Amino acid sequence: MLLIACPWCGERDETEFHYGGQAHVAYPADPEALTDAEWAAYVFVRDNPKGPFAERWCHAAGCRRWFNVIRHTVTHDILAVYQAGQPRPVEFGLNGGAA
Amino acid sequence: MSSMSPQLPEHPDWLWRTPEPKTSYDVVVVGAGGHGLATAYYLARNHGITNVAVLERGWLAGGNMARNTTIIRSNYLCEESAAIYEHALKLWEGLPEELEYDFLFSQRGVLNLAHTLQDVREGTRRVNANRLGGVDAEWLDPDQVREFCPIVNTSPDVRYPVLGATLQPRAGIAKHDHVAWALARKADAYGVDLIQNCEVTGFVRDGDRVTGVETTRGRIAAGRVALAAAGHTSTLTDLVGLRLPLQSHPLQALVSELLEPVHPTVVMSNHVHVYVSQAHKGELVMGAGVDPYNGYGQRGSFHQIEHQMAAALELFPIFARAHVLRTWGGIVDVTPDASPIIGLTPVENLFLNCGWGTGGFKATPASGWVYADTIAHGRPHPLAEPFALDRFTTGALIDEHGAAAVAH
Repeated sequence: MLLIACPWCGERDETEFHYGGQAHVAYPADPEALTDAEWAAYVFVRDNPKGPFAERWCHAAGCRRWFNVIRHTVTHDILAVYQAGQPRPVEFGLNGGAA
Repeated sequence: MSSMSPQLPEHPDWLWRTPEPKTSYDVVVVGAGGHGLATAYYLARNHGITNVAVLERGWLAGGNMARNTTIIRSNYLCEESAAIYEHALKLWEGLPEELEYDFLFSQRGVLNLAHTLQDVREGTRRVNANRLGGVDAEWLDPDQVREFCPIVNTSPDVRYPVLGATLQPRAGIAKHDHVAWALARKADAYGVDLIQNCEVTGFVRDGDRVTGVETTRGRIAAGRVALAAAGHTSTLTDLVGLRLPLQSHPLQALVSELLEPVHPTVVMSNHVHVYVSQAHKGELVMGAGVDPYNGYGQRGSFHQIEHQMAAALELFPIFARAHVLRTWGGIVDVTPDASPIIGLTPVENLFLNCGWGTGGFKATPASGWVYADTIAHGRPHPLAEPFALDRFTTGALIDEHGAAAVAH
């Protein structure tokens, strides 16, 4: 089980959290202007890296707030935790996705 | 119990050569799991294409082919899915003879239990849909469930009483490792090179075309490159800038110690969420859904194991004193509609067969059959056509979440 440090509540068991997938996926600025393929990419396609991954978690059984985590998808090590809306830490060499 | 064979097949002698990779092949298949091996076998058998290599970064059938819970069924709701899985089931029924290898395909039936009124409606609807589509299916009331599988707790005095079940009598289980070895032996006999410890690290490009692969054992030219890499598919397509609607998740399973034959069939429950069979050797084999987070570590979180064991105890009080012998995890690639992606890609000569998620083993022969045909002719096999990558753009999804008789 993962031990996740909620930015507000501190370390809690994974079972208190809900997973939200890739972080920093921005809603398209002008959705009407997108082609079907671009819209499909926004709706359905996410990064799937083998390595550090910026992802969202919600402390569903606690403060109920969303926040972001950098987690290594092979070792499951949590490398960073930061609040929603903050920029992604640059030191993990993440690729793809919106800033 | 008559449905359980008392003996496993003898461990065979070497079933395939260990060739050095040649510099060039007509088709390079990436991944020597069940789907990759079946693809190579049918390329040779059905299309006469034998100048084929199957490249495997680890050892043959050491990924999800070694980690699945061996359940074979075709009772899907969506007709596109039922068609391809039923094609697989028909092939399974002939494969032991065709491959001259008894991998103990045991058609002991699969029960999908219903615990709520919604489950009952969904189950009866799926039985009707299956019958219309030529897939064997029956609806059992709780007494018939007890008769078919006496160890299921059908008491009304439990948290989620069994209100009925669907039964597919032709469904069952098989010895997964032996399936892979049977396919590998025949593919090898046709002249296919099975090359282990050979990881693909890049693609050779000529404009928009792929003309080969870079590997840890050198460059290999290929007329066509066919991916069959399951959870690692997107790490490969990232190398050619092709982003796919795939997320790789841990999927865990477990076995008990060896027990006397006690469980005559396969039981799946979507609502309390576990599926349970008993292997020929005697282990109870259980699995459930994926861990929610992305993962490539071939392990997940232990509370998933606790959850499925709690579900198993709810359904089978007789298992209360059984011990867990082993748990493990595989890496499954899940698509947004929980259906596979099979077919061509925007990169010429690069083919895709992925996204089987939690249910790829049962599809093994049909997956290889339609993929080989797609590769041989450069256009989708009719059964594969609905599963093309562009369905995410057109919106013609095959939404198997909740329709596939088990949650993903």
